[in-house]
Amino acid sequence: MAVKLYEFEGRELFRRYGIPVTEYGVAGSAEEARRLSEEFGGRVVVKAQVLVAGRGKAGGVKVAETPARAAEIAAEMLGSSIKGERVKTVIVTPYTEIARELYLGFIVDRARRKSVLIASGEGGVDIEVLAKTSPSNVLKLEVDPLTGLRDYQIRRAVRFMHLSDKLAEDAVKILKGLYRLFTEMDCELAEINPLALTPEQNLVALDSKIIIDDNALFRHKEFTRPLSESGLEEEARRLGFTAVELDGDIGIIGNGAGLTMATMDMVKLKGGRPANFLDVGGGAAEDVVDKAARLLLTHPRVKVLFVNILGGITRCDEVAKGLVSAYKSVGQKKRVVVRLMGTNEEEGKRILRENGLLHYDSMEEAAEVAASLGG
Amino acid sequence: MAILVDANTRVLVQGITGRQGAFHTRAMLRYGTKVEAGVTPGKGGQSVEGVPVYDSVEEAVAIHRGINTSLIMVPAPYAADAVYEALDNGIKLVVIITEHVPIHDTVKFIRYAGLQDAHIIGPNCPGVITPGESKVGIMPGHIFKKGNVGIVSRSGTLTYEIAYTMTLKGLGQSTCVGIGGDPVVGLSFIEVLEMFRKDPETEAVVLIGEIGGDMEERAAAYIKESGYPKPVVAYIAGRTAPPEKRMGHAGAIISMGAGDPESKVRALNEAGVYVASTPSEIAEKLSKLMG
Repeated sequence: MAVKLYEFEGRELFRRYGIPVTEYGVAGSAEEARRLSEEFGGRVVVKAQVLVAGRGKAGGVKVAETPARAAEIAAEMLGSSIKGERVKTVIVTPYTEIARELYLGFIVDRARRKSVLIASGEGGVDIEVLAKTSPSNVLKLEVDPLTGLRDYQIRRAVRFMHLSDKLAEDAVKILKGLYRLFTEMDCELAEINPLALTPEQNLVALDSKIIIDDNALFRHKEFTRPLSESGLEEEARRLGFTAVELDGDIGIIGNGAGLTMATMDMVKLKGGRPANFLDVGGGAAEDVVDKAARLLLTHPRVKVLFVNILGGITRCDEVAKGLVSAYKSVGQKKRVVVRLMGTNEEEGKRILRENGLLHYDSMEEAAEVAASLGG
Repeated sequence: MAILVDANTRVLVQGITGRQGAFHTRAMLRYGTKVEAGVTPGKGGQSVEGVPVYDSVEEAVAIHRGINTSLIMVPAPYAADAVYEALDNGIKLVVIITEHVPIHDTVKFIRYAGLQDAHIIGPNCPGVITPGESKVGIMPGHIFKKGNVGIVSRSGTLTYEIAYTMTLKGLGQSTCVGIGGDPVVGLSFIEVLEMFRKDPETEAVVLIGEIGGDMEERAAAYIKESGYPKPVVAYIAGRTAPPEKRMGHAGAIISMGAGDPESKVRALNEAGVYVASTPSEIAEKLSKLMG
């Protein structure tokens, strides 16, 4: 799962890469918010640190005229939930007058297989919405990953945002910094929205949206997230699987996202209701399958476990051993339907048979059986 | 003929001494693939299943001059370097099995390969097989059968499922290309469709997609605009997925815009592509189309 950064983490990165941000402090209590507000003096903004979109409209961003009011707002926000996400910290930042809001971002564009610079003279809004409603106000420039962002592209973006010559130099610095951040930090998305132009003609980043590619976390260990929440999806992630919780009673294990999704589709087509599905990935060994099967067999809603494995890099004998081990350890209360095919298939089937587990050759037949065993 | 790999394909396996590397080298050799050499830095001089191992690609290609394809099975943090090493030594087809390769690494080496007229397949893919000739990847060889249907797919195991149901019905395959499940991959549906269009052995094409991204929509547009001359039958995985849930592949996760199953099915139908509702229906439909 890609790693989304909190605004305060994004601001920290902006600073590291020379992108001007307004002063700010992170507060975990009302008292800290009051102190920060006193330190900044005057009007401040208190912003809940959550990852869900649309924080502002949900009451997660409020202006305070006094330190006492900032403390009051922080007290309300901390521990509350915004669109289902608990607020653990807020930031306090001086209120900034805005003459104009701009947008700057870099994204990996899967279709073009390149990075794209996106710029707009109209920030503060959802850029995807703006790109649809008023595409002429959104500039998209492909950046060659080998040569990087070129100066002519930067000049083009600066002109597009209608910045005066006096500001152009600052904008160039911001664009270069953001591109460096985007590539060096392995971002899928790095966005300044809004980039504010103040009445004093300064450019300053007011919010950040940064998503780091989880496959690159070995280069950015500081952003590895501890998994603290409970629930099947998190538990599966902790074990290194991808799982999705649904609302039926048939647990599904497959290998490979495509096959696992197709298995879910097939169970539904046969009238069954999937409880969840879990992709054990490529090359799952005995212990991995054991963990996955245990997770679903102990799930209260799962009545039937349907395992659909096509061995390529995954070996059927390893899968069978893992299933048998999980089945035995959790007691034989739940029905298990297995479809095995591919690498070391015969050995896998033999292990299943010897341990009294049903196996089928056809995915359709197995799905039908699983659906009929479900409620 | 077929596409990408055939009896003349001579393979280098990078990461040959790993558990998976050795296992699949054996499976490829058994299938009849000409695996000429392997590379694992620091393990030069060893051999795996009788295949000589070298410390570098440079040494391997100096001795095995016929090598024209590399299979990458090294861990993700080292995958990009292995790809550059293959490309810099003149290898024009690089198949990357490794999953979890950082996306910024991928966009860079794909661009680099493009400048050298080399093809990248993957990352996070099962490889390519031309049944009866060569298997460059990790798919179980015995479920494929030589024939006239090309398969191009974003999914690994689902491809095996569909190929197997075709084989059981006597419908063989010209070449099967697993393009990979990542959001950014080397060869896309369109490029492989183009190769199948030119291949005289391929009479029909099976396209296997999944929810997320817009590669299927773009393939549909290509089929429509090019007046694609061969019948195409498709399958889209994840059609019953609740829209608020994000599924499996990284490819299915990052959706910027398009990506829902209805949009894909509609686009494909409009391009004259039949979209099967189960994997086994593909073989039935093909039997009818190909008489």
